Amino acid sequence: MVRLCLPLVNANQVSTAFGALSDPTRRAIFERLAGGPSAVGDLARDFPVSRPAVSQHLKVLKDAGLVTDRALGTRRIYQVHPPALDALRSYLDSFWTTALDRFTSAAEGRPRTPHA
Amino acid sequence: MPDTLPALTVRKSLTVEASCAHAFDVFTTGFDSWWPRAHHIGKADLLAAVIEPKAGGRWFEKGVDGSECEWGTVLVYEPPSRVVLSWHLNGAWEYDPDPSHASEVDVQFIPDGPFRTRVEFEHRHIERSVGAEQLRAGVDSPQGWTGLLQLFAARANESAA
Repeated sequence: MVRLCLPLVNANQVSTAFGALSDPTRRAIFERLAGGPSAVGDLARDFPVSRPAVSQHLKVLKDAGLVTDRALGTRRIYQVHPPALDALRSYLDSFWTTALDRFTSAAEGRPRTPHA
Repeated sequence: MPDTLPALTVRKSLTVEASCAHAFDVFTTGFDSWWPRAHHIGKADLLAAVIEPKAGGRWFEKGVDGSECEWGTVLVYEPPSRVVLSWHLNGAWEYDPDPSHASEVDVQFIPDGPFRTRVEFEHRHIERSVGAEQLRAGVDSPQGWTGLLQLFAARANESAA
């Protein structure tokens, strides 16, 4: 039985994420984004800090890998991006590589590689 | 909530030196012959992993003790061209019955000559299986972001040790 599901998480990434969330305003902004994507302007309206300050907080969250941004017209939309997703995707990518190799061998009638 | 997470997909393209019908059969009815034995969710050792050969069929495992554990459902079964499975396992290899958390495995078999097949594999909506609940619960709860990060930290430390 496989219990360890996310072996590829980088310890540095985790501590950077912790650091980014240690600031109360940043944490509140992150929490707000966890409820849905938002533009910088919308966030600036909802938080008692200036727009440049919001942008700076978002930059820190982005550098920590906690949020991603994309352009939508002239606006920039931010959304949460948990490191969990990258880790799970990497894990499944490598898992399926192994599994599909075994499938190919079975379909081609070749001897199987040792059980993974 | 899942809409707020970026879509995540694993794609693989492979070529198999076998007919399309054979490749399809090995993937589906022959699933147990190639599935990595260590990857299962039941407490008992894996006796067999099964894809039932029909739309609406079960995707499940049988344990050596006679127990059965669901993995998902056969959504599309079109031999020898395509099979689509719902994958109800989360990142911890646990069964999650909630359909909104299920990801999908879509496999297409495309003939490339009589004895060669191109297999287009896609595991999509992976983002549905992780994160949403934890984020909704809030960052401070043990089930929330903080708890999640602590879990990762512990695992990262384990793997680094």
